[in-house]
Amino acid sequence: MAFDPIRAEIRFGYGLSPEISPPSSVAEMLSGVSGPDKMADAFPVESMQFFSGKLTQQVELARALRKAKTEEESFEITETSQELRREFYVYRREFMAQSILRRTHSATAFRERLAAFWSDHFTVVGKNSFYKALVDTYSEDAIRPNLSGRFEDMLIAVVTHPMMLLYLDQRQSVGPNSLLAEKRGKGRGLNENLAREVLELHTLGVDGPYSQTDVRELAELFTGLDYRQDKGFHFARGKTEPGPETVLGKVYGQEKGRLKDILAVLRDLARHPVTARHISSKLVMHFVSDDPDPSLVDRLTAAYLDTDGDLSALYATLLEAPQAWDAPLANMKPPQDFIISSLRALAVPAETFAGLNARDMRRLVTAPLQKMGQPWNEPLGPDGWPEEDGVWISPQGMAARLQWAMFAPGALLGVEPDPREFVVNALGADAPADITFAAGAAENRREGVAVVLMSPTFQRR
Amino acid sequence: MAQNLTRRSFLARTAAIGCSAAASPLLTPVSFAAGPWDNRLVVIILRGGLDGLDAVRPWGDPEFALARPRLAKDHNGAHDLNGFYGMNPALAPLMPLWQAGELGFAHAVSQPYREKRSHFDGQDLLEAGIPTLKDGIKDGWLNRMLQDIPGVRADTAFSIGSENMLLAQGAAPVSSWSPDVDVTMSAQGVRLLELTMKTDPALAEAMAQALVLADSDGDGVVPDGSDDDMMAMMQSNMKPQNARKSHLRIADFAAAQLVADTRIVSFSLGGWDTHANQTARIKGPLSNLADVLLRLKEGCGQSVWARTTVVAMTEFGRTVRENGTKGTDHGTGGVMIMAGGALRGGQVFGQWPGLAEADLYDRRDLMPLDDVRRYAAWAIRSSFGLDRARLENHIFPGIELGDDPNMLL
Repeated sequence: MAFDPIRAEIRFGYGLSPEISPPSSVAEMLSGVSGPDKMADAFPVESMQFFSGKLTQQVELARALRKAKTEEESFEITETSQELRREFYVYRREFMAQSILRRTHSATAFRERLAAFWSDHFTVVGKNSFYKALVDTYSEDAIRPNLSGRFEDMLIAVVTHPMMLLYLDQRQSVGPNSLLAEKRGKGRGLNENLAREVLELHTLGVDGPYSQTDVRELAELFTGLDYRQDKGFHFARGKTEPGPETVLGKVYGQEKGRLKDILAVLRDLARHPVTARHISSKLVMHFVSDDPDPSLVDRLTAAYLDTDGDLSALYATLLEAPQAWDAPLANMKPPQDFIISSLRALAVPAETFAGLNARDMRRLVTAPLQKMGQPWNEPLGPDGWPEEDGVWISPQGMAARLQWAMFAPGALLGVEPDPREFVVNALGADAPADITFAAGAAENRREGVAVVLMSPTFQRR
Repeated sequence: MAQNLTRRSFLARTAAIGCSAAASPLLTPVSFAAGPWDNRLVVIILRGGLDGLDAVRPWGDPEFALARPRLAKDHNGAHDLNGFYGMNPALAPLMPLWQAGELGFAHAVSQPYREKRSHFDGQDLLEAGIPTLKDGIKDGWLNRMLQDIPGVRADTAFSIGSENMLLAQGAAPVSSWSPDVDVTMSAQGVRLLELTMKTDPALAEAMAQALVLADSDGDGVVPDGSDDDMMAMMQSNMKPQNARKSHLRIADFAAAQLVADTRIVSFSLGGWDTHANQTARIKGPLSNLADVLLRLKEGCGQSVWARTTVVAMTEFGRTVRENGTKGTDHGTGGVMIMAGGALRGGQVFGQWPGLAEADLYDRRDLMPLDDVRRYAAWAIRSSFGLDRARLENHIFPGIELGDDPNMLL
């Protein structure tokens, strides 16, 4: 088998919608990734830079609170700080809604899937209620503009983004022989977290050809990558460890720490053959099967190496390979994608979803996602959400999906669609006979719709 | 259990179970040995940084009342534990447990986490059970203690609640369930689900277990009444206010599992981050904790409770001095709470470091004199007999078990 419009939408997108026609060719899918970003225009999310003033204010408030002399003063500062926090709660909810709306309404859904895939490959988690709101701004700044460029450009954008520097503690890392360490030695030193994850998760992979010494040297090379609330990314020369450093046998840098040496090592890591295989294999696992066909991974790896990690070439190779279309639809939709593809199939109007108040958003989206095991933007670690299907097939996960499938469609639409039509909207004209039968045999609309959403054909892709 | 469940139809299974199905034969098949151990362990993570000095107050230290003029003004001898310590009034319902030797504390303890006092890093470390985040996190200590134990099954340990708990993540199988997930569907609906999942054994199996669990922890899945009743039930399932009582539902579900084949349960309780108006704000979380312990005891029944040890731990304690907003800020040393019929309770374990400024950690926090992980390790060792070396090298890398504090009977 080769390209098939229905499969394109299910396997490589967010599922079928009665209101969106599936792509008609591989070329259309690919131009959808590199063309104008219509969904970003329709459902905007701010850049992190937008928040520099508010984040600076937050730091100033915290400082003022520590210095406050009277109770009234402390009380007032705490109140202002709470107000600011509430503002960030609202942004967090709005950005979540915008991200879901993009995926629900996109006619180029492969692009949205890729944005989600890379945001997860380069996972960041906010460490307090302010930065939790800004995870989607990170995707907007570092991931989305680099979807169809070279892998190395995305890697550099990610490693120099404040959210990553905060999440993986790079900001605290100080070269042991740096100017700063000499001035105020106590309690400061190297932090290897980002260096380790760049090698283990972002580039070579956990079985890659690196040693603890490489991690250490890369961490020394990374010193200086820093962030300031008012300026955003910032290269702090005072923190840099005097070089040079040797990473994977190659020497980088000189006496003074320089940003260009860090960019050079990132480019080399991005072009490494082991990185090529790691990225190719992960892409195939994500889109095709947990148990990837080695010949397909080989093809992608070769395309990656031929083009120095051109992601467009990688996507084209994937979509042009018959194996990518032949493999049975076995991957389990993670909870977010289960909900989003349900919204697509139900054709929940954008205005309806965008108009949900805080309470409804909690009971229809955030709380259910948590119960299903995928709280919004909060994976447990820097390795992101698991790819393995088995993780999502738990009693708790199934019960939470069923609870949502029984309740949410009616709550969102007022009246659920006729299950006999819905089964075609959700699964296509070739819906399996047993599901079509079950949709029609349900004793009411609500259960008919729920049975379709819970069917293996809908839950897998 | 897997085999037993798939052979029967969803409906037969769910219909066979009544509302009080905690000990249903379907949940407790007798054809298997009941796990590797007989004792029970409950691990509660108190998220947000419990103020140990407010929960278990060192009245005997004259510095205490001075450091907390407003938080410690209600000293009247009530809830006295041993002449030195007294409990927060919100823990008063636990006094009978203390008197029966089923409640105890370890004071001035903490995990090795210092300086930054971040909730997220602190909780990650506490659940990972490791001394530093520098080398990344692979799994949780509760999971590690199950790894390589012969006879461990999916239901040997349960992680309860809607949060993903790092504590239980890892290579060993651990079941998870949130009693807040309520499923309501007609008999016909359940039958149709079964029909469409017939071709997908993995989904069918998970769904079948989900329906059994959902049926066992409150209202039945299939309601007796009309379609209107069902709508009402479904709406109440989705109501946020159900969350208010979710700690009790967790406790009841935990007890039901411990009575059956489960040996270890873990869950978390929140609300401890009391930066302001602490006297009022800590009341709710403390009463929730007291309620949970009492419900666990009640649900377990005498024979299971006698074999049960509960440990409750938090990421860090709070500052000794109250702050300008009648609260306390992130600190270091704190208290560990222990309960259970297996506990040699009625005592406060550990040394008291004193509260004079020179005795404090960083001149602001209660000085931790012991590692909270050491008490957790002894609870494990005394309950399940795990090796000293395994505990010191694998489960809590870097701790020294030292002498047995004799926490358990």
